[in-house]
Amino acid sequence: MNCIVCVTSVPDTASVIKIGPDGKNIDETGIKWIVSPFDEYALEEALQLTEAKGGEVTAVTYGPARSEAALRDCLARGAQKAVHVIGGEATLGDSFTIAKVLAKALEGREYDLVLCGNMGVGTDCSQVGPMLAELLGIPHVGNVTKLEVGDGSLSAGRDVEGGQEQVESSMPALLTCQKGLNEPRYAALKGIMAAKRKPVEKIEVASLGIDEGADASYAVRSLELPPPKSEGTIIQGEDDPAGAAAQLVNLLRTEAKAI
Amino acid sequence: MAGILVFIEQRNAEIRKASLQALSEAARHAGGDVAAVIAGSGIGDAAAGLGAYGATKVFVADDPNLALYSAEGYGEAVAKAVEAAAPDAVFFSGTAMGRDLAPRVAAKLGVGALADVVALEKDGDQLVARRPVYSGKAFATADSAGSKPQVISLRPNVFAAEETGGSAEVVALDGLALSIRAVVKELVDTGGGELDVAEADVIVSGGRGLKGPENFAVVKELADALGGAVGASRAAVDAGWIPHKHQVGQTGKVVSPSLYIAAGISGAIQHLAGMSSSKVIVAVNKDPDAPIFKIADYGIVGDLFDVIPPMVEEVKKLAG
Ligand SMILES: Cc1cc2nc3c(=O)[nH]c(=O)nc-3n(C[C@H](O)[C@H](O)[C@H](O)COP(=O)(O)OP(=O)(O)OC[C@H]3O[C@@H](n4cnc5c(N)ncnc54)[C@H](O)[C@@H]3O)c2cc1C
Ligand SMILES: Nc1ncnc2c1ncn2[C@@H]1O[C@H](COP(=O)(O)O)[C@@H](O)[C@H]1O
Repeated sequence: MNCIVCVTSVPDTASVIKIGPDGKNIDETGIKWIVSPFDEYALEEALQLTEAKGGEVTAVTYGPARSEAALRDCLARGAQKAVHVIGGEATLGDSFTIAKVLAKALEGREYDLVLCGNMGVGTDCSQVGPMLAELLGIPHVGNVTKLEVGDGSLSAGRDVEGGQEQVESSMPALLTCQKGLNEPRYAALKGIMAAKRKPVEKIEVASLGIDEGADASYAVRSLELPPPKSEGTIIQGEDDPAGAAAQLVNLLRTEAKAI
Repeated sequence: MAGILVFIEQRNAEIRKASLQALSEAARHAGGDVAAVIAGSGIGDAAAGLGAYGATKVFVADDPNLALYSAEGYGEAVAKAVEAAAPDAVFFSGTAMGRDLAPRVAAKLGVGALADVVALEKDGDQLVARRPVYSGKAFATADSAGSKPQVISLRPNVFAAEETGGSAEVVALDGLALSIRAVVKELVDTGGGELDVAEADVIVSGGRGLKGPENFAVVKELADALGGAVGASRAAVDAGWIPHKHQVGQTGKVVSPSLYIAAGISGAIQHLAGMSSSKVIVAVNKDPDAPIFKIADYGIVGDLFDVIPPMVEEVKKLAG
C-alpha cells in the first residue's frame, strides 16, 4: 500500500494579505508558510493507511525553495520520502500547469493512492486533484470525509448538498480530502529532529519538459483587496433588546428589503 | 465570442437552481449561442424547459449508468457535447458536483479552469473572471491565457437566473464511451428534509456564543420564521453541538444567501471566507469590537438570548 501525498505551502490562514508591487501577487514579506490545512487530512490518512497495511508515504510538492519546509513537516509527521519539484509554482492558481508538473513527477513511481487536499487555501481552486487524476488516467473521489480501503478497491463517502454520495472505486485512485476524514497529528520533537536528516529528492521543473510561462492556461491580470465595506447600521441593544430587535426587523424589511 | 456550453445539474430529474443561474449568465454573454448539456437517467422532460432560460440546444445523455453522478461518466457526456458544439467556453455551477466535474473535464480537454467565479466580463473573445482568493482576503481578475475552451465554474446564488422565454432543440448524445471506475452506489440523504445551507436564501448561524447545543433551538426558531436554514461556526461544530454539514467557512460551506444572520459568532477570517459574499449580513454579538461588525450591514450589540426571541416575534408579526 503506497501512498503519494501532494502538498502545497500556503500563507498561514491568519495572515494579513497585502498586494505585492507587481499588482498580481501578494507581498510575501512577513508571511509564515504552512502546509495547506486540507493537505494535513491527506497526509494523516496516508499515514494511518500505511501504518495499518504497510507501505510508504511519499510527499510531493511543486514550488520555490521555501516549499521545502512543507516537505520537512510531512517527513516529521511520518512520511518516508519527499520529492520537491523546484519551480515558480507557475502563477497563483494555474491549476492545470501544477497538475501537469505533478503528473510528470509521478511518472514511474508506484502508488495505490494519490491523496490531495480538497483545496489549496490561497488559490482556493479545488482543481489540482481531479485534473491530476485525469492526467494520470485514474479515477478520483473528491471531497472525501469517510474512507475504507480494501484489497484493490475502496469505498468513500463524499459530502454533497443535503447528502452524502457513497462511492466505490478501483485502485489506484486519487482522493481529495475534506475536514471530518480524520484528526491530523502534530509532529513530535523526535520526528522533527529525524526529518532534518531525511533526504529530499529534488527535480528542476524545466527537466520535466514544462515551460511554466509558455504552457500557462491561467493568467492573473490583477490582484486587489476587497473594496472597503461602507459602515453598517449598528444598534445598541443592551438596554432595550426588544426595541432593538423591532428596529432591526423593520430595517431589514423596509431598507434592506431582505425579508 | 462564439458559443457557451453550460453543464446542467439535476437530482431526481429536477434541475438545480444554480444551473439555471449559470445558464442565464451564459445567455448574457453569448446571446443566442448557448447550448446546455445534461446527464442522468430518465431526464428527457427536464431538458425541454431549459429553452426558457436561454438554451437554444440541449444535449441529453440519458443512460441508466448515469443515474447518479460520476466524474468519469458525466465528464464523458460533457466532452461529447463539447465536440458537437465547439464552444468558446464551458460553464459549470460551483456546486459540489460542478466543482468536482469542471476540473476533470478541463484536464480531459487539455485546458485550465477558472473556479468559483463571482463576476464575468467580456474582453474581446475572452471572458475575464473575478474570483476570491486567500479566503476572500483578496480578489483576482484572471483569464485563461488565451486557451480555449475556457472552463469556468460560477459561485451559486451570485448570478441571477432569468426566464426569458424561448425553446430549445433537444439532441440525444449517443455513442458515449462510459467506463466508470469510481461509481456512486447511493446518494444518502443526510439532510433529514432540512434545507442545506449551500442552497438556502436565508441563513441564521450560531457560534460559540450559544454556549451549548440545546441553544441552537433559539437560532432555529428564527431560521424557521424566516424560512431559512441553520448555519454554524466551526467552534460550534467542533464542540459537537451541531453536525459539520451546517458549518459555514473555509473548512465548511461557502454560501451567498440574500440574508445571513450571525449570532454569537466573532467573525474569524475563516468564517468570513464562507459567507462574505452574502447580500445582507446581520450580526448579533455582545462584544461591540467583534470583527463580524466590520462586515455587517446591520447589527445589534447585545445578548443574543435577549435579542433573538423578540426578533422571532417581530418576524412572525410581519408574516401574520
Ligand atoms: C484552517 C482553519 C480553518 C477554519 N475553518 C473555519 C470554518 O470553516 N468556519 C468557521 O466558522 N471557523 C473556521 N475556523 C475557526 C475560526 O478561526 C474561529 O475559531 C471560529 O470561527 C470561531 O467560532 P465562533 O465565532 O463561534 O467562536 P468565538 O470566536 O469564540 O466567538 C464567540 C462570539 O460570541 C459572542 N458571544 C458570547 N456570548 C454571547 C451572547 N450571549 N450574546 C451574543 N454574543 C455572544 C462573543 O462576543 C464572541 O464574539 C478555522 C480555523 C482554521 C485555523
Ligand atoms: N504546487 C503544488 N504542489 C503539490 N500539490 C499541490 C500544489 N498545488 C495544489 N496541490 C494539491 O492540490 C490540492 C488542491 O489545490 P488547488 O486546486 O490549488 O485548490 C492541494 O490541496 C494539494 O493537495
